[in-house]
Amino acid sequence: MSVWTSYRLRLKRKQCHIRAFRKRRELTTVINRTSAIAPDDILCFSTIRNEAVRLPYFLSYYRDLGVNHFFFVDNGSDDGGAEYLADQPDVSLWSTDASYKRANFGVNWTGWLQRKYAHGHWSLVVDPDEFLVYPFCDTRPLRALTDWLDTSGVRSFGVLLLDMYPKGPMHNLSYAAGQNPFELADWFDSGNYSITKNPKYGNLWIQGGPRARAFFADNPENAPALNKIPLVKWHRKYSYVSSTHALLPRGLNLVYDQWGGEKASGCLLHAKFLDTFKEKSVEELTRGQHYADSHEYRAYHDGTNEATDLWCDWSEKYLNWRQLEMLGLMSKGNWA
Amino acid sequence: MSLGIVMLVHDALDRAGQLVRHWATHDCPVVVHVDANVTRDDYVDFTSALSDLDNVRFCKRRHCEWGTWSLVAASQAASEAMLETFADVKHIMLASGSCLPLRPISEMRSYLGKRPQTDFIESVTTEDVPWTIGGLDIERFTLRFPFSWKRQRRLFDRYVKIQRSLGIKRTIPDGIVPHLGSQWWCLTRETLTAILKDPNRPTYDRYFKRVWIPDESYYQTLARRHATRIECRSLTLSKFDFQGKPHVFYDDHLQLLRRSDCFVARKAWPHANKLYDSFLSDQPVVLTGAEPNPGKIDRIFTKAIERRTRGRPGLYMASRFPREGFEGNVTAARYTVLEGFSDLFEGFDEWLADTVSARVHGNLFARDKVHFAGGAPDFFGALSDDVSLRDYNPKAFLTNLIWNTRGERQCFHYGPRDNQDVSWDMAKDPNARVYVVSGAWALPLFHSNRNFSDIRAEAARLQKIESEHLTALRSGYARARSQIWSLADFVLNPTEPLQTVVDDIGPRGVGPLPSLPKMKSLNGFGQFLQDLKNQGMHPYLMGDFPAGHDLVPTTRILRKPYLVK
Repeated sequence: MSVWTSYRLRLKRKQCHIRAFRKRRELTTVINRTSAIAPDDILCFSTIRNEAVRLPYFLSYYRDLGVNHFFFVDNGSDDGGAEYLADQPDVSLWSTDASYKRANFGVNWTGWLQRKYAHGHWSLVVDPDEFLVYPFCDTRPLRALTDWLDTSGVRSFGVLLLDMYPKGPMHNLSYAAGQNPFELADWFDSGNYSITKNPKYGNLWIQGGPRARAFFADNPENAPALNKIPLVKWHRKYSYVSSTHALLPRGLNLVYDQWGGEKASGCLLHAKFLDTFKEKSVEELTRGQHYADSHEYRAYHDGTNEATDLWCDWSEKYLNWRQLEMLGLMSKGNWA
Repeated sequence: MSLGIVMLVHDALDRAGQLVRHWATHDCPVVVHVDANVTRDDYVDFTSALSDLDNVRFCKRRHCEWGTWSLVAASQAASEAMLETFADVKHIMLASGSCLPLRPISEMRSYLGKRPQTDFIESVTTEDVPWTIGGLDIERFTLRFPFSWKRQRRLFDRYVKIQRSLGIKRTIPDGIVPHLGSQWWCLTRETLTAILKDPNRPTYDRYFKRVWIPDESYYQTLARRHATRIECRSLTLSKFDFQGKPHVFYDDHLQLLRRSDCFVARKAWPHANKLYDSFLSDQPVVLTGAEPNPGKIDRIFTKAIERRTRGRPGLYMASRFPREGFEGNVTAARYTVLEGFSDLFEGFDEWLADTVSARVHGNLFARDKVHFAGGAPDFFGALSDDVSLRDYNPKAFLTNLIWNTRGERQCFHYGPRDNQDVSWDMAKDPNARVYVVSGAWALPLFHSNRNFSDIRAEAARLQKIESEHLTALRSGYARARSQIWSLADFVLNPTEPLQTVVDDIGPRGVGPLPSLPKMKSLNGFGQFLQDLKNQGMHPYLMGDFPAGHDLVPTTRILRKPYLVK
């Protein structure tokens, strides 16, 4: 890396921090329980909008894994989700009515909270419909993973965002609060992912899966990115640059091995395709607050009009993490 | 009372306290060295919690750092205290605060009691060990290492480099031969006393203070000097990963550790409650009397190292994306690429599918759609037959296809009319078996009724593309196994090449081919080529077709004689 590139990336990182600093004014504290955070607690950050129905299972899932404290930014929910969160003993909540898009799709808000509260902690940034699966997650808590990453001198943990979908049209489902969404949407694509390396930040760029297949067959280059780095031992100098796909400094993006070996990695199971999806895509389309002019949602919306069934003959039914590791969607690396 | 424990503790004090109590209440005196990095308050809590045990001692604390002399000094101090205080201890074992006893301690004592003169210490010469970190083996003993490898890596590396370039070498003191091994040993009282009371000890200590990672060589070297009977293995099961740090045991290793029959395992995760609860419980356990057998655990950790360093060839994923040239193999399994066969034969795919046990696809990289076997719209792994999805990343399409179908041989057609972006990827892939009938792409042109000037242009274009593809297959970078026949050679003798293809894929039956696919008519093909030549194009990939008469295959199928019983 030349001195010039390194300087430019440094400027970029500073810019992210300045944006986050400016956007802090948009956040109003609803409840701040951060004084309860212990020095080695694992923290979780998330931005929500009208996702009340998802929250009970989300919280219980991550509590079971061993997340100690949750940070939520509520972007103008009116479905009671914020009130529900404010009552939870391990949640700190901020709210804002400002533009999600202009806060770099929420990254500025959570970025500010991370900078302020996550320094020295393992920090997990996920959406309320994303569920982390890592090697041995059925027998070892998240702390086992972070302890192991600490002793290995690894600062960041990469995942594949795995879109889960039901068999049959999704509007036939009825998801109830507290239910495991993968009882309904338990299918996924096992082997149609395309990977390239992003030379600018050094992260991988993974596309594919059911969304590329069903909604982006005509212009695959616009298919959503499925590479994420949600779990990072946070330092106040770090910053996400585009959603959780890439970080600065660039070294944090090297969650993959380039010499033939496999590093440990996980999957984020994405419970997007439930009965809630259509409503959400209509709403997001009118708000126009999503990436690339809500291109994704527009494509979905066109697709979902005829009750799209993402399922195909070669869809794989989800069993457990061992299945994902055997299929090569995640890896144990040298964690045994 | 025959076994004493020298324990080095630096963190997870609650677990360490639990272990000290376990050893001590089972009649094993313990001398504990607590790292001086532990705060005063924690230390006081730790010692006062253990104050009710009369066979536990604490020795003077010092700062310890990985890979330095401080660890040896700590174990020396603790060992001296052990020898002085507990006169009836016969074996002394070095353990850490996370070394978990896996078998009843009574059983361990009787095991040692039966081997009163044996020292259990792994100790091998530097030439014989593969686990050298930082490329240092004998140089551990001949260079000086005043800088910390963990904190001052740059100084460390530079100082090593300077010494190497100046050719500086330390002399190894007389009377010792450098040996290395696991730092967790179990020595007899006699050997340990001899090591610590050696009249030359100041010389040795001074020497080992500047050796790198002396805790893996100090006792290992000196035991060779003093011991009467060395059993060269450690009683402590301790596996290291490729970075040289110990693998950690979790709750899910419980059964594995049980069945290993090892005495002590390092190291257990402090929060692995199930492990600690079950191995430190006093419930009656079956005394197996078995020899330690860490084979199964060894395999798991060896596999982990292999996965981390070599990975699964042909897999591209979020945590494995090798640079070009470092993939191992480009794809996961062997596959067959057939070029020209479908142009030359009628019903070739049906014939091949009947003859070999493999999945026979059409032209996977065709311009109109992906021709999966049976015309399916999608395939293993939910690969779609959509052209734009495939062409967005053709190499990923190929590697995905082969990865998804591991265990089943894939065959597909390929030709100059297809997407050529994978041409080099296949050529560089040792798993590719490429069979080319060069120039066969001209047959569909020959059979078409298109305008001859169009045919000429198309022939020139296809010939150029195929010629480039053949260059890739024949280049020095190519690692695919390929066989190329010109159309003329192939037509003269089709049986042998077909037999080669079928044999390599794996025929359903044995022996010679029962039937051959039907070859398309070549009547007038020589003249067709001559016409192309007359138009100023030079078709050379087909080989020699005389313009005047037609080529006829020289070999015939040998039919099985009818048997009349």
